Formats: sequence, structure tokens, C-alpha cells
Amino acid sequence: MKFTILINEGPYQHQASDSAYQFAKAAIAKGHEIFRVFFYNDAVNNATRLAIPPQDDRNITVQWAELAEQNKIDMVVCIAAAQRRGMLDDDEKDRQGKDASNIHPAFRISGLGQLVEGGIQSDRLITFGD
Amino acid sequence: MDGEGQTKKFMFVNRKVPYGTVYALESLEVVLISAAFDQDVSLAFVDDGVYQLKDGQSTDGIGMKNFSPTYKALGDYDINKLYVEKESLEERGLSVDDLMELTYEDEDDDWAEKSSIILVSRDELAEVMDQQDVVISS
Repeated sequence: MKFTILINEGPYQHQASDSAYQFAKAAIAKGHEIFRVFFYNDAVNNATRLAIPPQDDRNITVQWAELAEQNKIDMVVCIAAAQRRGMLDDDEKDRQGKDASNIHPAFRISGLGQLVEGGIQSDRLITFGD
Repeated sequence: MDGEGQTKKFMFVNRKVPYGTVYALESLEVVLISAAFDQDVSLAFVDDGVYQLKDGQSTDGIGMKNFSPTYKALGDYDINKLYVEKESLEERGLSVDDLMELTYEDEDDDWAEKSSIILVSRDELAEVMDQQDVVISS
């Protein structure tokens, strides 16, 4: 089965991203396909490459990045939600005239249409959030 | 764009108050984008989500943008199925008369202006929800 995953909550504050990650890993292990993971609301913060969690804790961004790399998962951060919250990749940093970027290269910034398209293209769209 | 030509039934379920968290506002942003994809889009308002449609909203005292007029534009985007759960209204001492007037022009009926609000019971809404291909809830 082909899945799109929608995550609506920020990292560490809320378990949504962790649960989505565990779900994605389990689905892949069972032979399913993750078509896309879409990060919306505060979940855009999952894409920061600057987080420094304690060494004995998980690094949520790195976990996602490794899973995506191993399984060619398309990880999309909503541009509107990201801009509001100061999440920028290098292109956006230049376009908006800001002095830094913070998005991990395993993630890409795009529009909400990518979420709707994920719903159209996938057999199931699953939301993780409150 | 990919996915063109395919029509699915999308339902956006709104469960939260309009202010206090960003969920209602950012859900509405997805709804507006979905209109560009020619999908069969509906909205549901349950629990505290019914407050999103309350008439006469004012945000003057809280320093937030009042985005409630955006719901009135949905009819122009061909989004005209707004299911409101009766029990959720009643539990909050509200009736459909407390909600904004939300209308669309029915092209199959000589562009007659009709209400977009569909009052449903909890059981009826469960049935409508069951018919959906994609349910996005916040």
C-alpha cells in the first residue's frame, strides 16, 4: 500500500513525529511504500538541522533524514508554515534576504499542493497530531 | 500537475476553536489550496470547531487576525458542503442561527443562492465521513 504521512506537531514537545517515524519504519518493513511525508503546522520544526538534543536522546531530524535516504522518501516542509516559523533553506534565505538558513538537506520546501497531491496519489493519508 | 484527472472525496474536519491555536487558520489554508485540484471537497465542524463559524467574531482585544471572513469566500471556490454537527452546537448552547451566513451560487439551479451549511446529527456525520477517501482532521 502507498502511504502519505501528515505530521502536525513539533519535535520533542509532542510525540506525533516520533509515532509517525515508527509507523513509517514499520510500514516499510512490511513492504509498503511511503510516497511522501508532509510537515505542517509546528511540525516544520522537525526539519531543523541545528537542533542539539542530549546525547542519550534521539535526534528526530537525523532519524527522519536517515530513513528518507535509505528508502528514497520525499520529505516536504510546508513553505507557508515554515516561513511563519523562521524555517528556511538556502534558496529561501537568499530570496527573503535573511542571514541564515536552518533546514536539513534531506527535507525540501514546497507548497500545500504537495499535501493534497499526496492524498490523491496515495492509498491512505495518515495524520499524526492532536 | 501530478494527480490531475483523479477525483477523490476530501473532508477537512475542524475540531478546535478558531483562536488559541493555529490549527483552524492553517487548516483553512489547506482547504483553499485543495480547491485548485478539482477534488470533491467538504468540511466538517465538530466539538469546539463549531465556534469557527460563529457569527460576529471580533479579535480586537487579542491582537490576532480575524480570519472568519475567509469562510464566506469558500462558496466562490466551489466548496459548498460545510457539515455542522448538531450535537456539538447544542452542547455549547448554540444553534445554526448563531453561525455566519455562508452561501454559494448553484450553477445547476440558475445560480440560485443557497446555504453551504448542512446541519447533521453525529450519526449522519459519521456516515458522511465513512464515504470519504481522504479525511484530514485538526
